[in-house]
Amino acid sequence: MRLNPIVRFAGSKLLRLGLLLLAVALFTFVLLSLSPIDPIQAYVGADMMLISPEQQELIAQRWGLDQPFLARLWDWLGQLLQGNLGISMVFNQPVIEVLANRFQASLQMLAIAWLISGILGLLLGIASGALEGSWIDRAIRLYAYTLASSPTFWVALLLLIVFSVSLKVTPICCAAPPGVLTEDVTIWQHLHHLLLPALTLSIIGIANITLHTRQKLIEVLHSDYVLFAQAQGERLWGIVRHHGFRNILLPALTLQFASLSELFGGSVLVEQVFAYPGLGEATVQAALRSDVPLLVGIVFFSALFVYIGNTIADLSYPIIDPRIRLGGNLEP
Amino acid sequence: MLSISNLSITFTQYNQGLRRKHLHVITDLSLDVQAGEVVAVVGSSGSGKSLLAHTLLGILPTNAEYTGTLLFQGQPLTQKRCERLRGRAIALVPQSVAYLDPLMKVGHQVQRVAQLNGVSPAAARTLTHQTFQRYDLATNTQRRYPFQLSGGMARRVLVSTAVVTQADLVIADEPTPGLHPDVVREALTHLRELAEAGRGVILITHDIEAALQIADRIAVFYAGTTVEIAAAQDFSTGRLRHPYTQALWRSLPKNDFIPLPGNQPNPEQLPEGCLFSDRCPWVTPECTANRPALRQINNGWVRCIHA
Ligand code: SF4
Repeated sequence: MRLNPIVRFAGSKLLRLGLLLLAVALFTFVLLSLSPIDPIQAYVGADMMLISPEQQELIAQRWGLDQPFLARLWDWLGQLLQGNLGISMVFNQPVIEVLANRFQASLQMLAIAWLISGILGLLLGIASGALEGSWIDRAIRLYAYTLASSPTFWVALLLLIVFSVSLKVTPICCAAPPGVLTEDVTIWQHLHHLLLPALTLSIIGIANITLHTRQKLIEVLHSDYVLFAQAQGERLWGIVRHHGFRNILLPALTLQFASLSELFGGSVLVEQVFAYPGLGEATVQAALRSDVPLLVGIVFFSALFVYIGNTIADLSYPIIDPRIRLGGNLEP
Repeated sequence: MLSISNLSITFTQYNQGLRRKHLHVITDLSLDVQAGEVVAVVGSSGSGKSLLAHTLLGILPTNAEYTGTLLFQGQPLTQKRCERLRGRAIALVPQSVAYLDPLMKVGHQVQRVAQLNGVSPAAARTLTHQTFQRYDLATNTQRRYPFQLSGGMARRVLVSTAVVTQADLVIADEPTPGLHPDVVREALTHLRELAEAGRGVILITHDIEAALQIADRIAVFYAGTTVEIAAAQDFSTGRLRHPYTQALWRSLPKNDFIPLPGNQPNPEQLPEGCLFSDRCPWVTPECTANRPALRQINNGWVRCIHA
């Protein structure tokens, strides 16, 4: 009986995910059919002049481009359901494989950035909230506001100039040193190349989490239960440790999972600046070179990713907060 | 044990245009508490009762300032000393479960109070266990969160937080509102037991009937000052000194049930002279000349020139 609500919750979430993906599919399909990109031209590219109109006709027939709109849509949806996302023209590989490779690279960067922004944001937020009004608080807030209002690519360029060009402590681009085979790249070289992009990306999230944590901690510190803790003789850091942390962790965690979408969006710009071969960089290439199947694949994948992040955020409350988990019932 | 004389508290507020405003929330308040007795502080809301508790615990807001003499066990109670004593020598029993951390199990919270008293974690656990047993709280109550407590259980947990300390002075802030009469009686009995064990207890309440059930003496607050300090039996024997206390007594349902017309003055516009003069049935021109001093009459104290 206990599992019932969770099963129901998961069921409704899955149903919604299905609807979301269907909507994304329809929207993408309609948008692309209306777009000026001619699929044959996009496929053939510069050799278009060498192909006779009859040959073009033949390709169109083979691809089903002469079919009515609805038939094409139906056919395409059927293929999607079988997991066939098509073949990427830029990479000359099935879209699924490109997604898998690229996402693996991005994921490492995202994970590092996510952890750094979460931990650092939480620590800065706690320091600033606990010492509200002090110069430390003001310095942290200034830092957070500055970061929050600077564009990602600009921060990325700045860090690149400082650390890679002037100080030469980090590599200037890519995921591995040039001329080294993928299987020969050591883990340290790999991390070395990952460091600066991940750091840049984490900076996007830090400001938001810092300011949010600060706000929440100040709220907690003005609560009645903290007043009572003071009356018990608890000192400031004792209060933060025993009551503050407990009460800000939940909203911070939720925010942290919700911020996945932001990080994902930011990774497009960051990967572009650092020429890091992740999913974001692939997105830009696909867009610039009209690689429709890859673009559609990426749209799908990002919808899925953001949805998962938000679902975990939604789930964290009922799982962690005893007031929701245990409800009002008084069982032993 | 505790002696407060001429305590005044002022709040500094800034309203629009950064004009500074001083609010006199407590004026010339005096009170003393001995070991082993329950002194009730009775007054309607806004009479400064809770602020008294906050002053004794050194948790007044930062924009508040106070003057007057506070002596605890013969030594002046400075902010520094407050911070050292609170939770150890002076304990608070708060109003409601809103004063407990909503995300911490209550057993753990009571243990924490004991630990802040310098008890080792293991001893704190035993102490909490014993205290919960003493108040008939099942062992699993310790694992509950504040929102899972019933009104009566909450009261017992809250009083436990004071019992696990060695505090000589226990301040109970409004322990009875909105509770079932049986629970009220039980909560009051627990406070009385603390006094029997030799502690001094200040019971802050607006409920004069609840106060009369257990208090030895009753201090009546009006507009941030003590207008009368009377023994509990003075109420039933009709030996009340101050017109406000008499009006309060008459307003009870079991007596004449006649409410006193008018309202407590706003701290921004306190009347000249006696703070009760704008509602007093006995008022004469002399009353508005000066603030009456606290005088001793019949083993009690009263702040009225015509008493
Ligand atoms: S001093 Fe005057 S106004 Fe004040 S309570 Fe006594 S009689 Fe009333």
